[in-house]
Amino acid sequence: MKRASPTRQRLAALGLLGLPLLTYPLLGLPTGHWLGLPAGYVYLFGVWAGLIGLAAWVAERKGK
Amino acid sequence: MLLSGWFIALLSAAYLGLLFAVARFGDARADAGKSIISANVYALSLAVYCTSWTFYGSVGRATSGGLSFLTIYIGPTLMLLLTGVILKMVRISKVHRITSIADFIASRYGKSQLLAGLVTVIAVIGVVPYIALQLKAVSASFGLLFAHSEDRLLPWWLDSTLLIAAVLALFTILFGTRHLDATERHEGMVAAVAFESVVKLLAFLAVGLFVTYGMFGGLSDLFQRAAAHPDLAALLQLDASRSGTWAALILLSGLAIVFLPRQFQIIVVENVDEAHLKRAVWLFPLYLLLINIFVLPLAVGGLLHFPGGAVNPDTFVLTLPLARGAEALALLVFIGGLSAATGMVIVETIALSTMVCNDLVMPWLLRSTWLRAEKRQDLSGLLLAIRRVAIALILLLGYIYFRAAGEAYALVGIGLISFAAVAQFAPAMFGGMYWKQGTHSGAVAGLLGGFAVWLYTLLLPSFAKSGWIGSGFVEHGLFGISLLKAQALFGLAGFDEISHCLMWSLFANIGLYVSVSLNSRPDAVEAGQAERFVDVYRYSGRESETRLWRGTASVDALVGLLERFLGPARSQQQLAAYAATRGAADWRSLPADAELVHFAEAELAGAIGSASARVMVASVAQEEDLGLEEVLDILDEATQVRAYSRELEIKSQELEAATAELRAVNERLRELDRLKDDFISTVTHELRTPLTSIRALSEMLHEDPKLELDERKRFLGIIVNETERLTRLINQILDMAKLESGRAEWTTGLVDIGEVVRESMASLEQLFRDKGVRLDGDLPASGPLVLADRDRLMQVMINLLSNAVKFVPGHSGRVQVRLGVADGRVRVEVADNGPGLTAEEGAVIFEKFRQGGNTMTAKPQGTGLGLPISRQIVEYFGGNLWVESQPGEGANFIFTVPLPAPEA
Repeated sequence: MKRASPTRQRLAALGLLGLPLLTYPLLGLPTGHWLGLPAGYVYLFGVWAGLIGLAAWVAERKGK
Repeated sequence: MLLSGWFIALLSAAYLGLLFAVARFGDARADAGKSIISANVYALSLAVYCTSWTFYGSVGRATSGGLSFLTIYIGPTLMLLLTGVILKMVRISKVHRITSIADFIASRYGKSQLLAGLVTVIAVIGVVPYIALQLKAVSASFGLLFAHSEDRLLPWWLDSTLLIAAVLALFTILFGTRHLDATERHEGMVAAVAFESVVKLLAFLAVGLFVTYGMFGGLSDLFQRAAAHPDLAALLQLDASRSGTWAALILLSGLAIVFLPRQFQIIVVENVDEAHLKRAVWLFPLYLLLINIFVLPLAVGGLLHFPGGAVNPDTFVLTLPLARGAEALALLVFIGGLSAATGMVIVETIALSTMVCNDLVMPWLLRSTWLRAEKRQDLSGLLLAIRRVAIALILLLGYIYFRAAGEAYALVGIGLISFAAVAQFAPAMFGGMYWKQGTHSGAVAGLLGGFAVWLYTLLLPSFAKSGWIGSGFVEHGLFGISLLKAQALFGLAGFDEISHCLMWSLFANIGLYVSVSLNSRPDAVEAGQAERFVDVYRYSGRESETRLWRGTASVDALVGLLERFLGPARSQQQLAAYAATRGAADWRSLPADAELVHFAEAELAGAIGSASARVMVASVAQEEDLGLEEVLDILDEATQVRAYSRELEIKSQELEAATAELRAVNERLRELDRLKDDFISTVTHELRTPLTSIRALSEMLHEDPKLELDERKRFLGIIVNETERLTRLINQILDMAKLESGRAEWTTGLVDIGEVVRESMASLEQLFRDKGVRLDGDLPASGPLVLADRDRLMQVMINLLSNAVKFVPGHSGRVQVRLGVADGRVRVEVADNGPGLTAEEGAVIFEKFRQGGNTMTAKPQGTGLGLPISRQIVEYFGGNLWVESQPGEGANFIFTVPLPAPEA
């Protein structure tokens, strides 16, 4: 029987982390302006880019 | 002038020509066996998800809903991270030669034609309006550009949208149905789609940068101006009151990324290498992120630039550059939009035409008498023709829907309505992949229930909103029953229509699927398929496939069948490849066994779908009906064999471990045996040395009576000394033997260790004085007390002191004794200023018969047993004995004895 690979499990964990981060109620936290831009805009794109970056790091890592 | 009608038409044609060239190149390379589908191309081709609905429509959505358009792209990001699920889907599809989502579901639930047809119908109804939307987008963008040019391009009777639809149909037919591929892969199409993805991304980024930095002063300037505007300020903030919708849209789009027919086609069917998914898992989300960064800026920019709603927000991407006279940019945007629309239409149409051909037309044809009458005919041409007609028909349907709907709501809102339709596949798909109990009846019930709810709560109300049908069932409920209000079903109000529909349809779908599955029994074929889908990683070998088929068939009939559907050339090619895998030179020599039948069915499944393939194979081979019980027995047996083999593996590992242990023990015994031999020979040697000298001297005394008295005295003195040494040696050997065998007698009691040390020093005082060696003690007045044997401790102490005095130089020698307490232990040190020991010597002196100094040249000064015995004694009391030394710097022998545990 083939075991679930650690890479796949790490990616799935990232997905499960992204779900609460990108939905309410956590999404209600950023208000006002960050860096001169609307907070929600910065937060959404920031978290999203972070998830993509982590996923790229996990998926493209050599060896595992 | 750039925006003349002819120029635009020429440019579009040239662009489509370029696409076609890319596709031909991709196909040519695939035929040559040098695929250009790399991980990056695969990831980019997934962006067929971004249709013109994204390209033009996102900005429109952002002008009304703010950031909520992002949910459509966050859902796919999260879904793709569940790589394991998608990988399993890909693996199952490869193993079972699955060519469409309808085929997947049908194959899982017993290769059912009914299910295949049902899924196809749902997909066609759900997706054709979406194709219409693409046509509308292209037509609208043409209209906008032409509004700026005076000349009429087309005669009044020819509609530009129909022309577009016709061109697209031709295009799709040209590289979608070039030949019947057993895997339904179209590498050229994938390459073209990936190319289009790059074009539309670049176009969108270009217009985003132009508006944000060219027309306004950058992102923060744009947002600040919008914030100052009361209507626009709300768009910039997240609206917590829509949190339910937000989550529902993420779920919906997460399902759509897999279950939209075109997405399934690209992600699963067109996947050439499972490893490509690893790239797609982050590159595709990155694409989505990039294409969305400028959506909100474009939306507020458009609203600021065109106040009062004079311009349709869906066209901001084009109208903003046009308003500034940036015609070249507008053309680029137009090409980007064209890419978005054509990519979607081509892939979606190919996917749908495969489904329509295999799952609607074929079953009907196979039943008709006409096809049976002409048994010998080559049907591969017919199959291609059916697909081509299906493509044309689907696009025609799209066009008709577009003409009929026009600006109606039923078209504008279709994106999410389509998503909700394909979301109905989710329970049957996921259940089929992970739940063996899910049955055919359950899947049919779930799909029908979910589809009905979707129809009633989403599609029909959108018709009503467009004014095509009465809106009574929406406003007052069906038959005036208010509980049946289409968008507040059973009184569930306060949701937006999409979340409302998603909730009720999935509730009905999952509920029916689970409850009917639990109350129905699968038939034999279905049970076998369930097992093979859920445990796909286990059933990769051939044997379990073939064990489930029993019957009689003839090679000729099977080959005839293949030739009918694949064409003679292709079937010969596949047969030759298959014969090679079985080690036969020629397929004609193969037996007509279960394996060959399985091969034929798999090849056919690739061409006409698993359900039809099963019917066709059954028509030429007499299959014995195995019955559910027998199938389950065979599968159980396979499971048991696997379990046994695993057990066997564990046993053999245990055996190996035991063997290794035994080997180690044996090794140790040999070592001990060798040590014993060494010991005996050493002991014998040690005993013989003094004996030899005693014997020699005694013989001299005995044979020579005339020896001088002095000489006799000297000889007798040596004899006495040697005898003493012999006695000491024998005593120590006996002592050692006792200690080692554990038979030594111990009289353990509380001993004042300080007193023991003092006494030992006193008893050796004379020895030290004789040699002129100083002996200093650093001792407390009394104590500490330890639990030990007084005489034995004394033995250790005397041994260490006499060793020290032996090795220090006469007259300048110095021996220092220290006693202290640390960490619950008494620590006694005997330090000398002798020659010291190397690290190597420091280790060997504790071995039996090994002495300090060079025993080969110098006369041995002890028995070589003192330190080993001392160590045994100290260890018996729970302490340690070791030496710290550097060559030339003296040696420091240290031993510790634990203090007795304090009384509680």
